[in-house]
Amino acid sequence: MSESESRIVGLLAEFAQAEQLRAGAQHAHDDGYTVIEAYSPMPVEGLAQIVHTRGTRMPFWMLLGAIGGGGFTYWLEWYSAAVAYPINVGGRPPFSWPAFIPPALEMTILWAVLLGVAALLVGSRLPMLHHPLFEIPAFERASSDRFFLLLRAEDPHFDAQRTHAFLAALSPLTISEVRE
Amino acid sequence: MSAAVRHAPPPLIAPGEDATSISTNISYITLQRPFGLLWLGGLAVAALLAMLLTVGICWLLYAGVGIWGLNIPVAWSFAIANYVWWIAIGMGGTFISGAMYIARQEWRNSINRFAEAMTVFAVSVSGIFPILHLGRPWFFYWLFPYPDVMNLWPQWRSSLEWDFWAILAYLIVSIVWWYVGMLPDLATLRDRAPTIVRARFYGLLALGWRGEARHWMRFEKLNLIIASLAVVLVFSVHSMVALDFSEGLVPGWHETIFPPFFVAGALFSGFGMVLTLAIPLRKWFHLHAYLTDRHVENIAKLMLTAGLFVDYSYFSEVFTAFFSMDKYDVAMTWHRIFGAYAWVFWGTILFNVVQIQLLWFPRVRRNAAAVFVIAVGVLIGMWLERFMLIVTSLYEDFMPSAWGMFWPTFWDLAFLAGSIGLFYFLFLLFVRLMPVLSMFELRKLAQPAGRVEVGRVLTRRASGAGLDPPGGAA
Repeated sequence: MSESESRIVGLLAEFAQAEQLRAGAQHAHDDGYTVIEAYSPMPVEGLAQIVHTRGTRMPFWMLLGAIGGGGFTYWLEWYSAAVAYPINVGGRPPFSWPAFIPPALEMTILWAVLLGVAALLVGSRLPMLHHPLFEIPAFERASSDRFFLLLRAEDPHFDAQRTHAFLAALSPLTISEVRE
Repeated sequence: MSAAVRHAPPPLIAPGEDATSISTNISYITLQRPFGLLWLGGLAVAALLAMLLTVGICWLLYAGVGIWGLNIPVAWSFAIANYVWWIAIGMGGTFISGAMYIARQEWRNSINRFAEAMTVFAVSVSGIFPILHLGRPWFFYWLFPYPDVMNLWPQWRSSLEWDFWAILAYLIVSIVWWYVGMLPDLATLRDRAPTIVRARFYGLLALGWRGEARHWMRFEKLNLIIASLAVVLVFSVHSMVALDFSEGLVPGWHETIFPPFFVAGALFSGFGMVLTLAIPLRKWFHLHAYLTDRHVENIAKLMLTAGLFVDYSYFSEVFTAFFSMDKYDVAMTWHRIFGAYAWVFWGTILFNVVQIQLLWFPRVRRNAAAVFVIAVGVLIGMWLERFMLIVTSLYEDFMPSAWGMFWPTFWDLAFLAGSIGLFYFLFLLFVRLMPVLSMFELRKLAQPAGRVEVGRVLTRRASGAGLDPPGGAA
């Protein structure tokens, strides 16, 4: 696809310090931008709150996994030991409820973790092996020591020239145009 | 003020380290560093031992568990001792990743990655033994409830069945958490890879991680919740292992102290293995900037603390046996201390009780070589303890006519050596293929602005680590 045909995804500014990225994201938010993405090589305190006020539903999915995994295991133990094949072991009741807790506990934890990981991947749209940002040479350092602010073109507030000027005012190291 | 400064602990990472140097130095180990004779030699030895294990497993599948020295009355012996020893070692890694994360022990950021790798490999190795010990290992899936044509279900009241679920959950959670926690670092390797092949290899593994703020938010939240669950997992899994014993009626096993006793022992040997790995790793890969003497000292302190819990349990076991006046318990204790396997008991005492007391001295804790020797001693001591608990409880139990000795065969020793070989084989591959320290967590420590710390005094910046001061922008 030639340069003229490709659609602009947004403008990307590169910073050397986490604090500059946080300040830049805050400025962009205050300026009226709504589709802001901030990339950093490590979690930056408060950044997610600036670019994205809505939280994550991950804890809910993890709770669901915990209840589902543990509950199903416990139900299965009851069903298999008390209904499907009751067997008398030393006069213990078929539904020996305290003895059925340990497997249910382990499955509670396992399924909470599995659904949490699924929520991380689905919520973050991963795996996504290619992304327009990977075409930007400077972006290679986003996973090492540089901080990036992306103002996306679908933002109604976005205007290629005005946004470029806005980013330049934040005195970044570089500004790149990200194309599809 | 001067007193406070004098007592301020040294920084967690060397002064002058920043995100750039951390990324460069750690990914250098994976991407550029030449293999080196030491690594190749170590891998060759480990591979040979792992092959011995493979041969042993094939021979066992053909000939049966009789190739081991176990028999009635000692039907558990090496296989279960190895199993308990290995799964216990894994607990240390999960504890460092989980409990110390919740407790905001930031120095763990330098050790948690390879400690988690240690956990994954130790648990994987441990799982081999109970399956082979089943006698007909190819039917191990009978432990799993599925609607089979025989209409049979697992025996849910048995602690051996609980153990199956505990190992299953523990293994999967360890692997998943280790892998997800590595995503940001795999992305770093992808972006720094010198060749397209390696960029693709790490790119596939990194799943396209970009480090967007929302991704980090979910990532951090997931880590926090899994860390909390992992603490429950550590304590519950090793309690299940202990219940394998205490659910039995054998004197020396049938004790309520076993679950906490085993958890303490697990953390004890886990910290021992972390030190056994960390000290050579630091020396060979020149990681002194990230694994400082303070790290070694802190783990040594933890090992001593866990060791004291273990020592208390030894005391309590002997005391309870005599206090109960149960003649079988008293006899078992007597046989354990003075019987045919007395050297195992006294070896355990030497390694797990006596030698660790050296760690009370700061001079010993700050001497990496001394700590390494003590940590290896702890690993030996904990293996002897497992062997002691199993064999001395079984060989002379209730009826003197049913007493009998246990002698290991060549294959018993081969399986033990082979499991160590397999563990080191996997670990040596890990240190060259995967990021050996957690880069993104180390970057957090080197962040100029620091993280918001609640209710804690910031000491790590006291030395002014040569970093830019926080910018004026807010």
